Amino acid sequence: MHNQPQLFHPQAEAALADQELRANFRGAMDYLRDKRQAAFTDPDEEAAIRDRAEAIRRRCLSKLPALLEQLEANCIANGIRVHWAEDAAQANAIFTDIIQSHGGTLAVKGKSMVSEEIELNHQLTKEGISCLESDMGEYIVQLGDETPSHIIMPAIHKNKRQVADLFAEHVPGFEHTLDVDRLIQTGRNVLRQKFREAQVGISGVNFAVAETGTLCLVENEGNGRMCTTVPEVHIAVTGIEKVVELLADVPPLFSALTRSATGQAITTYFNMISGPRKDDELDGPKEVHLVLLDNGRSQAFVDEEMRQTLQCIRCGACMNHCPVYTRIGGHAYGTVYPGPIGKIISPHLMGLEATRELPTASSLCGACGEVCPVRIPIPHLLQRLRREAKQEPRPGVPALRGQGAAKSKLEAFVWRSFGLLTSKPALYRLLSWCATRCRSLIPAKLGPWTRCRTAPKPAARTLRVLMAERNK
Amino acid sequence: MSTARNAILNRLRQAGAQPLPVNNPDYPLWHPDSPAEPLDKLTELLEQNHAEVLRLNRHELVTTLRAHIEQAALKHIATGTGGEFLAEITRALAGCAEQRPFNQPLEQWKDELFDRVDAGITGCHGAIAATGTLVLWPGPAEPRTLSLVPPSHIAILKASTLYTNLPAMMADQGWAKGIPTNLLLVSGPSKTADIQQTLAYGAHGPKRLLVLILEDA
Repeated sequence: MHNQPQLFHPQAEAALADQELRANFRGAMDYLRDKRQAAFTDPDEEAAIRDRAEAIRRRCLSKLPALLEQLEANCIANGIRVHWAEDAAQANAIFTDIIQSHGGTLAVKGKSMVSEEIELNHQLTKEGISCLESDMGEYIVQLGDETPSHIIMPAIHKNKRQVADLFAEHVPGFEHTLDVDRLIQTGRNVLRQKFREAQVGISGVNFAVAETGTLCLVENEGNGRMCTTVPEVHIAVTGIEKVVELLADVPPLFSALTRSATGQAITTYFNMISGPRKDDELDGPKEVHLVLLDNGRSQAFVDEEMRQTLQCIRCGACMNHCPVYTRIGGHAYGTVYPGPIGKIISPHLMGLEATRELPTASSLCGACGEVCPVRIPIPHLLQRLRREAKQEPRPGVPALRGQGAAKSKLEAFVWRSFGLLTSKPALYRLLSWCATRCRSLIPAKLGPWTRCRTAPKPAARTLRVLMAERNK
Repeated sequence: MSTARNAILNRLRQAGAQPLPVNNPDYPLWHPDSPAEPLDKLTELLEQNHAEVLRLNRHELVTTLRAHIEQAALKHIATGTGGEFLAEITRALAGCAEQRPFNQPLEQWKDELFDRVDAGITGCHGAIAATGTLVLWPGPAEPRTLSLVPPSHIAILKASTLYTNLPAMMADQGWAKGIPTNLLLVSGPSKTADIQQTLAYGAHGPKRLLVLILEDA
């Protein structure tokens, strides 16, 4: 049973108590932060790159429906077949149809968070199709029947000993070793066999270029190239927000992405796919399909403020710099996208009912917003979602799925009373005076508040009294 | 699934988002201070990313290539069936390694390419100095898997095809008007840091990348 956002609090507590997990995340986050810092040594340059990346994403989203139509037309002209899915069920049905129409039983997959979102592996297994993860981190996660704990480095919750133990359990003939090179070679050998056997290769998309009908993939390992080159059929899946208008938009976004994610000036491979194998070509997939998935994204889109959520290019910098994520890791959130970006996108994908705790899992320190390469105002959106979780839909503002799910009559009453109190000076004076008199009556145990805090004790004299004495 | 398509597009259109004009704030791109710098930068970055780089003149290509193949004990080498350097590659391989021209569809020799071939040799469409990147345009004469499946990739680059940065190359060559079915940027041998942030080379693609830069070509 995988974690759930509804159980965020107990999951976070369990993660906090796991010393090995915390050490693994601490190490990984320090590493990724240092890498990013080294890639942005000049603050002016960093600001300029972020300005450019933000401007591109905002412009592309402002034209989203038109760009999707242009992307579709140009992909079709290039020989790429385009499919649309409202939700996970439709997307999985499209995959199943394509794979079964080729009699496929084995698919290899490059890293794709959207495929996690629709639980593709699980659904294909039900149809008798095995879908093997080929990114090293994802392969490790799949062997352990887990989910990724980070969107860029899916297996960072494990250290090399835990990976070696997992290989020892699942890979026949594996000789236990803590040598990372040999661990990687083990994965390479297993997967190399699968690349040539698989009938279908599956990938995500980093940027889909409307102008040219091109799918761009960013990677270091080469498994993405394998999945999109060796099998006879390639199916790419992406959220509808990943489209960019111009080919010239790609280099600045690519640079912002790799520098923010892993501090690399560029990744080992950048793979631009503009169609299936042509008649005179000797390799490459004979069919290329693109599946465009909504799954709640249009809900974020129709609200001008929340639309900014869709600017995300999935670099993971927000989670690397989040004090909460660093301590509890990715699994505690119980969502496909963890950390700050997960807290603002998951309510649209899964509804506020299931995810209402997530926007509160933040100290609002603002680090996520400060490192975001496309300047998504994450802290601001967290506050907005907190409010929406507490109140009914109102006229003129598009309602969210699960809006008002965290509403509490008692809380509403407390806030109303507080509002009244602070707007009536006489009442405020009276009540604060009473509080100073009754200060010893505050109980030591105040429910959840005192579980990890001492009970508050009002001061002996109010600020007004103190100021009056001082000004005498 | 045209119902899904129309429903999604209708929802998005109902938002009434106002299209923003193209406004691209300037951001700094790398530019060289001297004419020799781009080639040095390319070499330095490729080496930083674990590629081996040799700079030579074109008349040395055959001997250099042969020396590398002998030294690395490469026995079975896949090559294209065309491309600018095919004659020189063929001469370099003669008598020192078996040449396997990629002259049939991948399906017909997949096992051999995966299991038996030690290296693939390709030319390059060009390169980018700012990031230390080779640009490959695979096609019928030099298929995509030639630079992907064999454990070693040997790439031959003409120094005259070097650009300072990617946007310049894209704009100058009009990529938006036409690019091959698969265009690749390659900046080193395959690598991963997925196990405990420890960098390891040869994840799924080539473990070794040798770049032969022809300085006078």
